[in-house]
Amino acid sequence: MTAPAAKLAGRLPAKLTANSGVLLGFVLGAFVLLVLAPAVLSDFRLSLLGRFVCVAIVAVGIGLAWGRGGMLTLGQGVFFGLGGYVMAMHLKLADAGPSGVPDFMRLYGSGRLPFWWEPFRSPGVTLLGVVLIPALVALGLGAAIFRRRVRGAYFAILSQALAVAFATLLTGQVATIGGFNGLNGFRSFFGYNLFDPVNKRMLFYIAAVTLLLMLLIVWQLYRSRYGELLIAVRDQEERVRFLGYDPANIKIVAYVLAAAMAGIAGALFVPLVGIISPVNVGVVASISFVIGVAIGGRATLFGPALGALMVAYAQTTLSESFPSSWTYFQGALFVLVVAFLPGGLSSLVPVLRRRRADARTPSTEPPSPVQRAELDGPPPPEPLSGVSAESETSR
Amino acid sequence: MTMNSDYLELSDVRVVFDGLVAVDGVSMTVRQGDLRFLIGPNGAGKTTLADAITGLAPATGSARFGRTELIGMKVHRIARLGIGRTFQTASVFEELTVLQNLDIAAGAGRKPLSLLRRRSSVPPEVEEAMGSVGLTGLRDTQAGVLAHGQKQWLEIGMLLVQNAQVLLLDEPVAGMSTDERVQTGELLVRIGAERIVIVVEHDMDFMRSFAASVTVLHAGKVLSEGTVAQVQADPRVQEVYLGRAEVVQ
Repeated sequence: MTAPAAKLAGRLPAKLTANSGVLLGFVLGAFVLLVLAPAVLSDFRLSLLGRFVCVAIVAVGIGLAWGRGGMLTLGQGVFFGLGGYVMAMHLKLADAGPSGVPDFMRLYGSGRLPFWWEPFRSPGVTLLGVVLIPALVALGLGAAIFRRRVRGAYFAILSQALAVAFATLLTGQVATIGGFNGLNGFRSFFGYNLFDPVNKRMLFYIAAVTLLLMLLIVWQLYRSRYGELLIAVRDQEERVRFLGYDPANIKIVAYVLAAAMAGIAGALFVPLVGIISPVNVGVVASISFVIGVAIGGRATLFGPALGALMVAYAQTTLSESFPSSWTYFQGALFVLVVAFLPGGLSSLVPVLRRRRADARTPSTEPPSPVQRAELDGPPPPEPLSGVSAESETSR
Repeated sequence: MTMNSDYLELSDVRVVFDGLVAVDGVSMTVRQGDLRFLIGPNGAGKTTLADAITGLAPATGSARFGRTELIGMKVHRIARLGIGRTFQTASVFEELTVLQNLDIAAGAGRKPLSLLRRRSSVPPEVEEAMGSVGLTGLRDTQAGVLAHGQKQWLEIGMLLVQNAQVLLLDEPVAGMSTDERVQTGELLVRIGAERIVIVVEHDMDFMRSFAASVTVLHAGKVLSEGTVAQVQADPRVQEVYLGRAEVVQ
């Protein structure tokens, strides 16, 4: 349909545009997070932003698993919690000193350290555990769930049930893991005093750099053949099977990566916020992770992180001004976006542009490569444009 | 594939769904270079037979591709042996481009780590298949916006890059224009020379024009088998197609 010459001419710059757009996004993100925010925000606000950044790291993982992989995981709190509790256990042990016992255990329990706390005295084991424990749990769960071909709403419900079970389990263990109070009152982070504002800032920088790093990893995945394959599995799982792949393996990779990201986010959350408790890992927390992703645009690169930052910010400011009713705002925003912009806010610009183009030249021509390249990678699902309306409803 | 695997041999294949016998002891052999049409009235078990061969429907009996027994194997393992199929409704990856669709089809044997890299160049087999099915000019077009016929060709192209030795095509020309049917038929004859191609089809004109051999299924059993002329002359076939006899004639 397209003449080869015109195609060549159109394709190369389009690719360059797409790449430079993403690079610009990274530069902008790095500038805002690493230069602008520390310069203009008070220590309190900066540490609040650090907390949002942790949520955004979880969101990047959900974008990978749900936006690209079609796995609506309503239980990322489990992995966030695993990473967070591992870090919190280490901090408690470090505060208690060598062979010491965390304060709450003397208060509620026998005062003896359970054997499974012991490994987390070591900083190395802790750092590995933060990544590996959520990843291994996700590997086990994923292997069990995806090999049995559980998907769609059933997967979503199952993942949510896991979050309920995990939070309930933690709440019941007062003597060993702090119960409903969770773990809190940390004084130091790998030898750095947590009451020192300079160290709080350092924590923010670590979280911000981690977010950018996770985005880079996900960007490479989206550009890779694996990224294409993941979309293929999301849209036509059976077809992929008939091409000789086992879709379960492809999904497990995305699920495990998302879990590892949530674990890392949880581990950064603990020193930044100073507490982790069952409330942070339960259903409400898990769903609020997903809301940001949906609002930002789940299938895009930056959408999930931006959406999560936005929702977390709105939540904080609205709950300051309207303590009892901010959840209504959050709910309304969610409903509006899902109803009118299922691709999320990131799809707003392409949708508007296409509408304007359609208004100028009403035609049924496929979108040109240039138009499509303006989105990063394959475009997010946009039932408004009509092309993928059918597959959207089944997702 | 090896020299031993240039035929597909079914013997006594049975598929039972909740007491309903969908395929009732089908035996047939299709050799390389054959272009076999599988016809029969609705509910004769044509698609179910294809499901049984590709591991989608639980079956008993034997389906051997060369020396390999397919019954009981997992779907993706059967696919990796070189047995590919298409479906009645074209199922391509709509949000990916023609090139990406074919590239995925070519990649089942890729090493896991190599998947994490970008595609640096178009694999030659992808380029070749794109030419075979006439979609080279649409390589960067999203599959979702292709015409129905083009989607079917893309699916056949995906089987080609998959290096499928056995192609099971379920109603490949349904909904196609006359021109597209002729082009598809010629494509099947061309690719069928070196492969085993089995076409499930309702379109009798299409069958007459391109079939090398025909198997007629009825109520899950093989009713008749042979060349187009032999099958047409078979009184049992005429009886089954009674009322539609003029279509067969």
